[in-house]
Amino acid sequence: MNSPARRILKKIVWLVLVFFGITIISFWVIHLAPGSPTDMETTLNPLADSDARQKLEKLYGLDQPLPVQYVQWLGRMARLDFGESMSNDPRPVMDKIMECLPVTVGMNLTALVLTLLVAIPIGVRAARRPGGAFDRGSTLFVYIGFAMPSFWLAMLLMLLFCIHWPLLPLSGLTSLEYESFSTFGKFADLLRHLTLPVFIYTFGALAGMSRFMRSSMVEALRQDYIRTARAKGVPENRVVWSHALRNALLPAITLLGLSVPGLIGGSVIVESIFALPGLGQLFYDSVMARDYPMIMGSLVLGAVLTLLGNLLADLGYGLADPRIRSGQSAGSGGGGAS
Amino acid sequence: MSAAAGYGSPARRFLRHLRRNPLFWAGLAVVVCVALAAIFAPFFAPYDPNLRHSGFKLSPPSELFPLGTDSLGRDVLSRLLFGARVSLWVGFVAVGISIAIGVSLGLMAGFFRGWVDELVLRFVDVMLCFPSFFLILAVVAFLDASMFNIMIIIGLTSWMGVARLVRAETLSLREREFVAASRLAGAVAGRILFLHILPNALAPVLVYATLGVAGAILTESALSFLGIGVEVPQASWGNMLTEGREDMSVSWWLSVFPGLAILITVLSYNLLGEGLRDLFDPKRQN
Repeated sequence: MNSPARRILKKIVWLVLVFFGITIISFWVIHLAPGSPTDMETTLNPLADSDARQKLEKLYGLDQPLPVQYVQWLGRMARLDFGESMSNDPRPVMDKIMECLPVTVGMNLTALVLTLLVAIPIGVRAARRPGGAFDRGSTLFVYIGFAMPSFWLAMLLMLLFCIHWPLLPLSGLTSLEYESFSTFGKFADLLRHLTLPVFIYTFGALAGMSRFMRSSMVEALRQDYIRTARAKGVPENRVVWSHALRNALLPAITLLGLSVPGLIGGSVIVESIFALPGLGQLFYDSVMARDYPMIMGSLVLGAVLTLLGNLLADLGYGLADPRIRSGQSAGSGGGGAS
Repeated sequence: MSAAAGYGSPARRFLRHLRRNPLFWAGLAVVVCVALAAIFAPFFAPYDPNLRHSGFKLSPPSELFPLGTDSLGRDVLSRLLFGARVSLWVGFVAVGISIAIGVSLGLMAGFFRGWVDELVLRFVDVMLCFPSFFLILAVVAFLDASMFNIMIIIGLTSWMGVARLVRAETLSLREREFVAASRLAGAVAGRILFLHILPNALAPVLVYATLGVAGAILTESALSFLGIGVEVPQASWGNMLTEGREDMSVSWWLSVFPGLAILITVLSYNLLGEGLRDLFDPKRQN
């Protein structure tokens, strides 16, 4: 009944529907401004002189009826044509985004790997003795992690490691003399600049991930096959790290997919504090400058990236879970929509 | 532990539960204190939050100014107290909006099922695809940044979890006998929804709302920190941190106290929410 082919087909239908929804919401946002997006009085935009206004009107076909505008916009988006930036650097939106994407994606992937490396041992250790000293300690840490404003943590760390003890650079991606460094020097320079931002990302994601690993492990350790493994004399470490962890890790794949929008959104804060030339900073600047084509392009792209993250997580789940791989029903986790 | 919690009258179970959860009490106490501080800010605040004490610019914490003054000579404690009003106001209104939307959509999806359900679920999927911070910033770019707009936008972008939760509750509640009995007695859909299903789904919604206030306070402070939230000179914890950033190296108190206020407030709403969750659902305690 739930064959792989059918599952994939359902997933594709879901994908098309959600993508369609993303475009409708984004399109609605453009038309949110009182009057029209090119109306100078309502936007107070110094850039919206008559020249820019004509450009925008042409871009969005604002003299056309709404459905026509939407279809035209959709057509351009299918060709990844988001128009040109209205800022002082009037290149195509897509080029500017592509230029910024590696910084954001690179930092987030690094942080994600670090998060997993730290969260898994914490979660497993806490789950081995629920209510024990380590569990209580890590719970406290999780609560603080959830409540800590990332921008405040960034400020405190800057105060400590950049001003009080000037160990790390305050902001930017590279030093001024970056080009004169050797290959190794370049790498070290980049590393020093990215230490604090990546730490902030990791800290932000750590609380949720370790909490999740803990409850997932507690659940796994309760299963019958664990009792069986213990009964037949498998060493405890092997029971925990091999039998239980492999099963506890499965739902974490879904969580990774779900964390993509938070990471992209969080990049606005981290990148603007540390002045890093990534997608978040680009988006923040375009919001401050009311650079509409840029805003719309980043918004749609951010959502599409999330959709891709979702899809990858789903595929990963399918590959990792033998029950789905062979086409059996796999309980709640395998549903397409989550 | 969960077995031990299972005996005694509901009232005794409740009391025992509270005795065993000091964190819940701590959370509740701080939440009440912050609320009182916000409501009675004009009485507690030693000075007008926007009064510039010339001659006392960037003065460190002292008897005169318990938490110091900022670069314009304004009292930090007074600004923190008035900032609490902004945080709580935004938190509660935003959560009110998100609960209203989430509960209505969730009830409809769970009760009518079929294409209504499908439509709501896909809408939730779509909204979850937008990095919420991007969506909020984009809307702010088109409207204008003000406390009023921020509250509404946070509410409009944070209802998805409630909708899923209420939908799931409704799906299971609508199959229960008391709902069938009510339907048999000729009750219309609206009566069943609001008199039978909604009251039984309220406990998890309350938990969600409490945690939601924490989330909304964090989002507001981040927006204000970025300079697109509450407008200066009105004090908000987020914009106090931004203003303090310039004098970070000389005046640590400007960077420390507002952040601590955010951390403690958000932490206690989370503790309260988690405590309520355990209270309503003893199975979760492990």
